[in-house]
Amino acid sequence: MTRGRENLRGVVERTLASFVDALEHAFYAEELAKENGVLQKLDPRVKIVAILPLILIAALARRLWVVAALFVIAVAVAMLSKVPLRMLAKRVWLSVLTFTGLISLPALFLTPGQAIYTLPFFGRSVTAQGLRIGVCLIMRAETAATFSVLLVLCTPWSSLLKALRVLRLPIVLVVILGMTYRYIFLLLRNAHDMFKSRKSRTVGRLDGREQRRAATASAGVLISKTQQLSGEVYLAMRSRGFQGEVYVLDEFRTGWFDWVMLAVFVTVAILAFWFGR
Amino acid sequence: MIWPAYDVGLLRMHIPDGYLSPSTCAVLYGTAIPFWYVAFARVKRLLNTRLVPLLAMVSAFCFVIMMFNVPLPGGTTGHAVGVGAATVVLGPWASMLAVSIALLIQAVFFGDGGITTLGANCFNMAIVGSIVAHLVYRAAAGRTAITSSRRVLAAGLAGYAAINVAALFAACELGIQPLFFRDASGAPLYAPYALHIAIPAMMLGHLTFAGLAELFVSGGVVAYLQRTNPALLGQRSSARTDEAARPPAATTGWRATRPLWIRLALLMLLTPLGILAAGTAWGEWGARDFSDPQMRQQITAASGNIAPPSQQPRGLARLSSLWSAPFPQYAPPFVRRPAFGYVMSAVFGSGLILGFFLLIVWMAGGREAEAPTTSA
Repeated sequence: MTRGRENLRGVVERTLASFVDALEHAFYAEELAKENGVLQKLDPRVKIVAILPLILIAALARRLWVVAALFVIAVAVAMLSKVPLRMLAKRVWLSVLTFTGLISLPALFLTPGQAIYTLPFFGRSVTAQGLRIGVCLIMRAETAATFSVLLVLCTPWSSLLKALRVLRLPIVLVVILGMTYRYIFLLLRNAHDMFKSRKSRTVGRLDGREQRRAATASAGVLISKTQQLSGEVYLAMRSRGFQGEVYVLDEFRTGWFDWVMLAVFVTVAILAFWFGR
Repeated sequence: MIWPAYDVGLLRMHIPDGYLSPSTCAVLYGTAIPFWYVAFARVKRLLNTRLVPLLAMVSAFCFVIMMFNVPLPGGTTGHAVGVGAATVVLGPWASMLAVSIALLIQAVFFGDGGITTLGANCFNMAIVGSIVAHLVYRAAAGRTAITSSRRVLAAGLAGYAAINVAALFAACELGIQPLFFRDASGAPLYAPYALHIAIPAMMLGHLTFAGLAELFVSGGVVAYLQRTNPALLGQRSSARTDEAARPPAATTGWRATRPLWIRLALLMLLTPLGILAAGTAWGEWGARDFSDPQMRQQITAASGNIAPPSQQPRGLARLSSLWSAPFPQYAPPFVRRPAFGYVMSAVFGSGLILGFFLLIVWMAGGREAEAPTTSA
């Protein structure tokens, strides 16, 4: 019961912490995108065309060694792009491992096959096939997540969105995504302020019911604010001449370095696809 | 930990990369696209130029709501997807789009949920979730007043049902992987658990914790809005009357037939379902099946234990050689995967029928076009 109370007391703090983390992550990404690394130098369109196939191939490859090779390449690219490996380990590898590891753990014992190790007290055996499946699942998820995080960390979000148009995404969608991203931070700030002011007004402990009321009421305030804000943003857009049509300036330019790197990435992708079938 | 949903561990259903086979990913992207298309068209018709800012704000809201820690009875906490609240306030179509955009940003920016599995995640949470939430809310709320307490209950139920049905879909998608996708040694290539493990494992967490988080958020948001901003809850019904008051759209052309096209595309994608069925279709035996002992057994079992004639019927044998199909058994010889063959056959077959009718229309239209000139 005490543990339950302790947990409840931490709800506001934990929500606050996750908001702050998200904001920090975003600022950190913006900083990393300004570094002078290999990925940062590439045209965002080239990056998308180069890395997206690698994500797909890593997620779908059938051979473990191909996935492992792609993972090594991802780490090399991260190092060349000045992305700290500690940060990747903490923010990507560990969190993917927690989830995927938990899911794939029972597969070690449940998959029929040749037993290689028997647990001392439970009498269940780890099978070679089970181990292979578990490692394969984890490696695939890790590699795909590393590539996608690298793509995002080394590209300013606005450029990435504009570059998404090489995938023939409708402009309206690109603009909506851009605005969504922009307003996520405003709403996060709003929510953060709400939780913080609530916390500063609270003396003593709130029981679970009260905590829930506070959390859902904040969600209600936020949705009201969202509606009001969208009305205001719309009027602001109208007053600047917005008539429903969206135009985006394309200022990207490719150089020899882009083409060389594209050739390298495409070769890696073709090789990985060929051997990973 | 930065990632918003990781502390709920197994309770989340953002399927990561590498858990679903390429064909499952493709089918789920394919299934989601018509819904996105219809939702986008409907929301755009309703909002017109307001579409861009409203959808952007609501997507941002859905993203932020996914980060809320909701205290649950018993001292634990959970995260809500927010699909119940979004559907109740905005209606199912806008909610579908907003939750999808939020999931896209989560996947791309936060690495939460895979890129190859984004179609699956959007289908489960945004599309199925919104539809279920909408149906449950409408059924449970009935025609009660906007401020009725029954609406709070209805919204809570809608959120709870939405998240559980979405989890069931996710569990089924994961659970069918080992049935279809194994390597040469028989080991599963993607998600390793069969349906009898995947469904209970997924549903246990959702029926209890994750479902409750969604229930509290949906019900709580509606209760709060009833007290402070009931107009926001009424907006959805007024939007619908606006739509009803609008002059009817053109009853001919692309717009009128669009739902039919979408349904046709869906049916095409669903054709490989037939592969799942065991045994053969009764009465659809080929001439050669009568001489195959295994097929004979199946025919006997399907025909109330009456054995088929020992020789193949002569008329059947003669007629069966008259015409050999370009796609025997729904798959041309060069296609190795039966599922792909089915989809290809469906596209080819529907294309033939459509082409035939277009030809008739064109010929008839040509005559009609000629008719007025001659009369004038």
